Amino acid sequence: MSLLAVNNISKSFRGLKAVSDASFEITEGSINALIGPNGAGKTTIFNMVAGVFPPDSGSISFQGKPIHGLRPDQICAAGIGRTFQIVKPFAGLSVLDNVMVGGFLRERSAQAARKVALEILDKLQLGAKRDLPASSLTLPDRKRLEVARALATRPRLLLLDEVMAGLRPTECDQMVEVFRELNRRDGLTILLIEHVMRAVMALAQHIGVLHHGEVIARGTPQEIVRNPQVLECYLGEETEL
Amino acid sequence: MLIALPLFAGNYALSVVTLILYFAYTGQAWNVMMGFAGQLSLGHSLYVGVGAYAAGGLFFHYGIGPWAGLPLAILLCVALGLVIGFLAFRFGISGVYFALLTIAFAEFTRIGFDHLDWLGGPGGMFLKVAQRDVWDVLNFRGPPLMYYYAMLGLCCFAFLLCFCLLKSKAGYYWQAIRENEEAAQALGINTFRWKMLAVAISSAMTAVSGVFFAFYYNNLFPEQIFHISRSIEIILGPIIGGVGTLFGPILGAAVLTLLSDGITDGLAALGWEIPGIKQVFYGVVLLAVVMFLPNGIWPFIAKKLKL
Repeated sequence: MSLLAVNNISKSFRGLKAVSDASFEITEGSINALIGPNGAGKTTIFNMVAGVFPPDSGSISFQGKPIHGLRPDQICAAGIGRTFQIVKPFAGLSVLDNVMVGGFLRERSAQAARKVALEILDKLQLGAKRDLPASSLTLPDRKRLEVARALATRPRLLLLDEVMAGLRPTECDQMVEVFRELNRRDGLTILLIEHVMRAVMALAQHIGVLHHGEVIARGTPQEIVRNPQVLECYLGEETEL
Repeated sequence: MLIALPLFAGNYALSVVTLILYFAYTGQAWNVMMGFAGQLSLGHSLYVGVGAYAAGGLFFHYGIGPWAGLPLAILLCVALGLVIGFLAFRFGISGVYFALLTIAFAEFTRIGFDHLDWLGGPGGMFLKVAQRDVWDVLNFRGPPLMYYYAMLGLCCFAFLLCFCLLKSKAGYYWQAIRENEEAAQALGINTFRWKMLAVAISSAMTAVSGVFFAFYYNNLFPEQIFHISRSIEIILGPIIGGVGTLFGPILGAAVLTLLSDGITDGLAALGWEIPGIKQVFYGVVLLAVVMFLPNGIWPFIAKKLKL
């Protein structure tokens, strides 16, 4: 059974169709990527899944239950964690406290939330910086913090909105390794929006391509890079991978 | 040290310290809403006033002491706070617009009480002045010493409460909402519910200030107690001391009250009697603190002490 099923969702902003009739499914335990040119509607789809706004039409279900129209906090509680493309750290709090906020979703006591947070910080190589204020972190570390915070809510599905953007190739590879590990060891299902093809190709088992708000192709990475339509609208004919 | 203070302090010093404690406590209450949860209230005089009139009214009309008036005061203030919170948070009113809403409610209430003759109207309500030498704890009438200890107890209670809140889930959730509400919501926080909780706790604590005010000063005028300058007075302490910190409200209240009294005494000693000069001095000092210590005095001291 699919963990997340998106059925024919559409969304318009003041007459501009951002997403039209998009459908896809995500199976439990898989890593999936949503790619496409700027303005294709990737983040809009993300925001609908995460509950920032409801779709105009269509339905979204998670573990067999409809979730469209729920608030972001309800969707997070249901088991979907997300990161923001433009990072939103709790700047005045320490790195550890940032992650503890996420930990409190499934833990009552501060002690238990701290334990969860410390484990996750270690996984993301932020352990040494746990007492620094989040505002003092560099961009790559802030991206890691976004991921750590989302993970602390113990999601079954993790939505990653361009977490690789702005990272150097080596940092990008490190991040890829972290997600692979989370997927392999904890069985975490992942959906990422990404422009960095290096990461997409290294991570994703399934790729969906969006163009002008429509899903124009779905398949394995090998199928996608040979799809003439995708080459034309997004990857370009010269792309080497 | 503060428990033993009355042994060597005179009545005047005692009244000053009581005033400091009063502002420290009320500032602590306001700090729960603004400092912890980031919801700016500029109308906390509303809760002081309603709390004072609720308990004061019961005593004035029926001779019912503040121990019965206290729950009523808290109940009324929490209800009012939740109405304001509901209106604001349901309809997405935040930041300065939320602050304006809190001012509006305080002002409505002030005007309303001006027309409420049953509680004295604009002419004020006067509680029977107490016998100053008998400890009548049941009716909260007695010597200044009693009020001093009451306020000291309240301050300690508020400090412990805020300390525990800050270390708990509520504290973490409030601070997350204060720093970034959208990110907080994405981490599973029902921001509406937690903001309402902050308002409820803050208004309940402030209601107690009101009850104290009524029985300490014995006279209540809508024009004074609900006035916006009262709200400003409440929030200056935590702002000068350090918004969102535990020691900020206490330190701020001490600095401001001593400063205000110090200026009065200093000017009297110099023999200057220029109208308004006290306010000018006061303003200059505030300006200096805000300019040089924009986060307040406590964060600065904490940094120096490496806390």
